[in-house]
Amino acid sequence: MHELGIAEATLDAVRKEAARYPNTRVARFGLRIGELAGVDPSAFRFCFEAMVQGTEFERLLLEIEYCPRKQRCRDCRREFTVQNYSLQCPNCNGLNSDCIGGDELDLAFVEVEEYAAS
Amino acid sequence: MQRVELGQKVLSENSRIAAELRERFREHGVLCVNLISSPGSGKTSLLECTLERLPKAARVAVLTGDIQTENDAARLRRFGFPVKQITTGGTCHLDARMIEAHLADWPLENVDILFIENVGNLVCPSSYDLGEEAKIVLLSVTEGEDKPLKYPSIFFKAELLVLSKMDLLPYVPFDVDAAVENARRVHPEIEIVKISCTTGGGLDLWMNWIERRRRAAKSRAAEPVV
Repeated sequence: MHELGIAEATLDAVRKEAARYPNTRVARFGLRIGELAGVDPSAFRFCFEAMVQGTEFERLLLEIEYCPRKQRCRDCRREFTVQNYSLQCPNCNGLNSDCIGGDELDLAFVEVEEYAAS
Repeated sequence: MQRVELGQKVLSENSRIAAELRERFREHGVLCVNLISSPGSGKTSLLECTLERLPKAARVAVLTGDIQTENDAARLRRFGFPVKQITTGGTCHLDARMIEAHLADWPLENVDILFIENVGNLVCPSSYDLGEEAKIVLLSVTEGEDKPLKYPSIFFKAELLVLSKMDLLPYVPFDVDAAVENARRVHPEIEIVKISCTTGGGLDLWMNWIERRRRAAKSRAAEPVV
C-alpha cells in the first residue's frame, strides 16, 4: 500500500506544473498507470481524493489511463498487447519479444484554465 | 482551457537519486543487489547463509530495511561485516533517498558487494529504483505457486528468482514446475535458483551467481564511461 506516497509525488508534480502557468488553475490532469507498475488505480484514486480534500486542489479532476503490457516481437517486429500473460507473437507465433510498455507511472497531461474574472 | 501534454515520470525525483547512486556504484565497481519478497520468505536467512560463506576478508556491506526494530541488523552483524538497519517507521518500501542517506558515511571504495534487503512486501518495493544492479525476488515453497501471476511487477523486474525453503517441499503442496512456469510467463528470461538455508542445498549456485555478477561489476568499473 504505497499509493499514498505515489499520490503525494503526483500532486507535487502537478503543483510544479501549475506554477509554470500564472493566473490559471489546473482543472484536470492525466495519469498513466501501467499494469506492471505495481500501483492499483482505485487505491490511488482513493488516496488522492482523500489527500486533496480541503486544499486548493479539491476540485482537481483525475483521469487515469491504465496501460496494458505491450511487447515488440524480435523476429517480425510486430507490436502487440499482452493478454492472459501470453507473450507469444500473434503474427509469427514467435516467443522472443521485448517489453515496450506497461510499466508506466507518468503524469500524462494537465489542463489549465484561466481564473474567471470576478 | 489549455491542455499540456507532459509524459513525465511521477517518481522522477526517486529516479534521479537512483541514477546518481547507480553511477557511484559503477564508478567504484560495487555490485548492488536489491532483495525483495513477501515477509517471511527468507531474505534475512539467505543473507545470513551468504555472509557465513563469504571469506572474512570479503568487502561486503548490508543495508536491511524494516518498518520497525533493529532485529535483522543484529542477526546479520554476527558475521563481522558492516550492516546498517534502515527503519522506515511505517513506509512499506525503501526508496533511493533512504539508500543515499544511509550510504553517506560508508566509503564505497571499500565495498565490492552491497546487499540491500528491502522491507518485506511483494508490491511496493518494485516501484522504487534504488540504483541497484539487479533486483532479486524470493519466493518460498510455503507460498502459492501462482504468486508470479498475482504480483507480475516484481517478477518482471527481477533478474533472479530464488525459490527458498526447498527442504519443506515434502510437507507442502507447492508445485515447483508450475511456479517456474508462472514466473517465465511473466518474465521468460528470469534466472532461477532453488535453495534451502536449512540444508544448504543450492547455496553454491546462489554464491556463484553473486560472484559472477561481482566480477562483471568490477570489470565494468575499469571501462571508460561511454
